[in-house]
Amino acid sequence: MSNIPGDLHYTRSHEWVRRLPDGQLEVGITDHAQEALGDLVFVEVPQAKRRVNAGDACAVIESVKAASDVYSPVTGQVAASNDELAQRPELLNSDPYGAGWLMRVEPDTSATAEALLTAAEYAQFLDQAG
Amino acid sequence: MGLRTPLYDTQLSQGAKIIDFGGWDMPLSFGSQLEEHHAVRRDAGIFDVSHMCIADLKGARTREFLRLLLANDVAKLTAPGRALYSCMLLPSGGVIDDLIVYFMTESWFRLVVNAGTRRTDLAWIGEHAGPFGVEVLERTDLAMLAVQGPNAIAKTLPLMAPARRDAAQRLARFSGAEFDSWFVARTGYTGEDGFEIMLPAAQAAAAWKALSAQGIAPAGLGARDTLRLEAGMNLYGNDMDESRHPLESGLAWTVAFEPATRKFIGRSALERAREAGHPALAGLLLEDRGVLRSHQQVSVAAAAGALAPGAAAPIGEVTSGTFSPTLNRAIALARLAPGAGSRVLVDIRGKAHAARVVKPPFVRNGKILVGI
Repeated sequence: MSNIPGDLHYTRSHEWVRRLPDGQLEVGITDHAQEALGDLVFVEVPQAKRRVNAGDACAVIESVKAASDVYSPVTGQVAASNDELAQRPELLNSDPYGAGWLMRVEPDTSATAEALLTAAEYAQFLDQAG
Repeated sequence: MGLRTPLYDTQLSQGAKIIDFGGWDMPLSFGSQLEEHHAVRRDAGIFDVSHMCIADLKGARTREFLRLLLANDVAKLTAPGRALYSCMLLPSGGVIDDLIVYFMTESWFRLVVNAGTRRTDLAWIGEHAGPFGVEVLERTDLAMLAVQGPNAIAKTLPLMAPARRDAAQRLARFSGAEFDSWFVARTGYTGEDGFEIMLPAAQAAAAWKALSAQGIAPAGLGARDTLRLEAGMNLYGNDMDESRHPLESGLAWTVAFEPATRKFIGRSALERAREAGHPALAGLLLEDRGVLRSHQQVSVAAAAGALAPGAAAPIGEVTSGTFSPTLNRAIALARLAPGAGSRVLVDIRGKAHAARVVKPPFVRNGKILVGI
């Protein structure tokens, strides 16, 4: 049902990670997440230069009904965040893997992405979660 | 699996996202709750409200009984079909439920009460009805649809048989008429004009499909909540409950203290509260971006510009908060101590955000009523 691009990595808390050509990691929420949350009306992204640790809350997104934390899939420093979302939170609904990206992280050299799920593993995880 | 209304399968086939609501499997939305909200403000939407409890009260002394049971006075109901909004109170003044009562005939009044309080309500009503010889009949055989929006009436009338249409067309606001087993009332919970239709459960799916085919947007409980909050209407369990009386819940206008001789349940508690003073429900309009939610703490904005949390004393909390699609801002109802002033601070995840205190409603009949 939900769209899971094959070239990204995923978390069990429904974030995705894309490795950019310059080595930075782009982070967003999955199609499944935006679908479950419903119409998003407010997004608070982390400031550039902020340190984020894998598993820590790094952003807040609010739908009409509820607020949800977004957890950083990786450890590093925020290189950029998507300021467009302040004015257009609906981009998270309409284009979760593109214009709805949340932040770009310069990962610590020690950081690995091995805890993350492949697309196939994430699809299986969604199936099991029912 | 929860309880299901006669429209469950129809709504599922229309893409309803189902949630549990007080034990009922109800549609949260059919896609975008924002679009459903706008459809109701700008055109027309249809809600399944069959989970609400319809109870018919019958007997020669029904009016006399309701004048004891309800804080509002059914003596105001002089023309058959007229509706009245009221609270039903405990002796402590706490609100057991809010409801609509329709005057059908002198020996028949109809109540519509909340789904979540159905059991408590029926027990309370039954307990007090006995001495008056009033019979309480729950109408589980009926379904209930709400068609709401500026074009709701115009889009609904052509679907009615001529005789029923004539009766529906003549309805004044806040009144209803029964024709051929349909009770059609010009009431609602959105701040827009429209009908609430109580009809035999077996006819509900066909009526829903016909209304949808007419271009009336199916809408879910999500849109119903943002619409009612914009309209400044209370939600039982959020804005009032058994621990709160109507005067501190923005519902003083529904309490009929006159005539002084009418001894309704809860009256003396309310008279004492009126003497002693009490907090009041106010509207909040968030100045910053963000979303107001129930239970967020509200404090006094000390001096202009001083927005540091901790520098202010708590004066109340948000009882219902949401993002208002019409205002494109966060709005709320909040219970505040007297003298809160015109600007307050709301604690959102540990940060103080400024909000203006306004008088609800925020939106009625498609018009924004507060300065933004």
